[in-house]
Amino acid sequence: MYAQMVKSTGARVKSLDEMDPEERAFQVRIDADIKVEPKDWMPEGYRKTLIRQISQHAHSEIVGQLPEGNWITRAPTLDRKAILIAKVQDEAGHGLYLYCAAETLGVSRDEMTEQLLSGKAKYSSIFNYPTLTWADIGAIGWLVDGAAIMNQVPLQRCSFGPYSRAMIRICKEESFHQRQGYDIMMKLCAGTAEQKEMAQDALNRWWWPSLMMFGPSDQDSVHSAQSMAWKIKQNSNDELRQKFVDQTVPQAEYIGLKTPDPDCKWNEARGAYDFGEIDWSEFYEVLKGNGPCNKERLEARRKAWDDGAWFRDALMAHAKKREARKMAAE
Amino acid sequence: MKAAAKIDMALFELALRMGDNDIVLAQRISAWCGHAPILEEDIALANVALDLIGQTKLWLDLAGEIEGAGRSADDLAFLRDARAYKNALLVERPNGDFAYTLMRQFLFDAWHLPMLRALKSSSEQRVADIAEKAEKEARYHLERTEDLIIRLGDGTQESHSRMQAALDDLYPFAGEFVAPDAIDDELASRKIAPALSEIGALYFDYLETALAEATLKAPVDAPVRKGGRKGLHSEELGYLLAEMQFLQRAYPGAKW
Repeated sequence: MYAQMVKSTGARVKSLDEMDPEERAFQVRIDADIKVEPKDWMPEGYRKTLIRQISQHAHSEIVGQLPEGNWITRAPTLDRKAILIAKVQDEAGHGLYLYCAAETLGVSRDEMTEQLLSGKAKYSSIFNYPTLTWADIGAIGWLVDGAAIMNQVPLQRCSFGPYSRAMIRICKEESFHQRQGYDIMMKLCAGTAEQKEMAQDALNRWWWPSLMMFGPSDQDSVHSAQSMAWKIKQNSNDELRQKFVDQTVPQAEYIGLKTPDPDCKWNEARGAYDFGEIDWSEFYEVLKGNGPCNKERLEARRKAWDDGAWFRDALMAHAKKREARKMAAE
Repeated sequence: MKAAAKIDMALFELALRMGDNDIVLAQRISAWCGHAPILEEDIALANVALDLIGQTKLWLDLAGEIEGAGRSADDLAFLRDARAYKNALLVERPNGDFAYTLMRQFLFDAWHLPMLRALKSSSEQRVADIAEKAEKEARYHLERTEDLIIRLGDGTQESHSRMQAALDDLYPFAGEFVAPDAIDDELASRKIAPALSEIGALYFDYLETALAEATLKAPVDAPVRKGGRKGLHSEELGYLLAEMQFLQRAYPGAKW
């Protein structure tokens, strides 16, 4: 998933007794795992939280095109080029899907775009890191899409129908993305010394930012409880992060790579990998806009939007002309 | 003479010319990924680029097979320098604004479709097979660009003037696709490829109708700008290849 620190209501979770009848009926349905559909009554906070989360997720897909798009023109073979284009195209498609899902909650795509471009809406911190070598394309697929899947699989069971259905489809494509990323890494690790070094360097740079994708530690995560009660969120940040580490470390070892974390080792007693302290100051700096590429990413999106204004206007103008001609002919 | 006769040079050139158009244009349009005016266009351009890369592989694989020197489609795409590239100049024109990109695509698609249609009845089966597959894709490409050219030409004043400026600049490059040389004549006489004069007639007739509907005017008596099909390119191609071939050149022999 590409939504981090989505603000929920901020208030503590109410008990059923404290709710008015409408809200209580809503919560009872959620508790019974009945999906909420766009036309159903829902608490304002539920609606707002979902709009924030889905739009943040959509924006992440859109901005996420940029770091990988950076290597499309330099992909090393025709197949790699085609696979990468297809992947970035999938991401644009996910963005489109998710914007549509958010629109069912009463916000327009243009409004959401405006919020992204003004800096009001956030997107995942991970896309503010640069792709410096071809191995970064492998690392993104393997780690970033891997982390996204970890988050998105439970979201398939999200209480809001359109989001849940979008996730079911998106997850299928994400697992293909992850495999292609790992495949790039495997190939590099089986290649020359320089290629292997490139792969290790990419893992070193993307490892910690990938762990940060799950959001702050549970004890610092202020918005989780209400989202969990609403079944917008199903697992805690730390749970998912642990699952990701447990899945990824053996994959790294299998191709002869090591995580950059000296504290990362198997804990027999826990049946899980221990790992070192995440530098949360870096995470908050990136969220504040001070990551290595925040400025460039937003500028690229603004430029695309501003430069394309004439195109969008012209399509609207032509549609109106056509309509007018049709009316005149009738 | 005997050694040269082993390689069917005319057929080799045809495969290169067709494949190089595809890869150079795919390279250009894929640079829009994430930067297009609207999400739907990001997706559409990626689709077209994917089709063109698929076609590149077919044509360049064929070229490698005809040459018989063991060069793969990747070798031909990533390890030839500009002088050995045989694409028409139009496709290597820089992206410019979105109007320029779309007009370039339209002028290409409008030639590509009748050319592939004709190649479907090539006397060379391998050519006919590729054309059979590629023609279906080219049909969609032209449907899309024709629709956009019309809507933007007849949209706002600004879109009209952007499209007209793009047409003025790019139209001189259109003629190269249908200007035959000795290779084309040989291919036509062997019924491997159509006579380019026939494709040219179809091409320009079609352009006239579509451009009129788009309220755009092709420049009159514009001299044809050509050379790419013989390996004489614009300065832009070198940069395009330097970027595209970077990894293969920087790490010779590495597998990716």
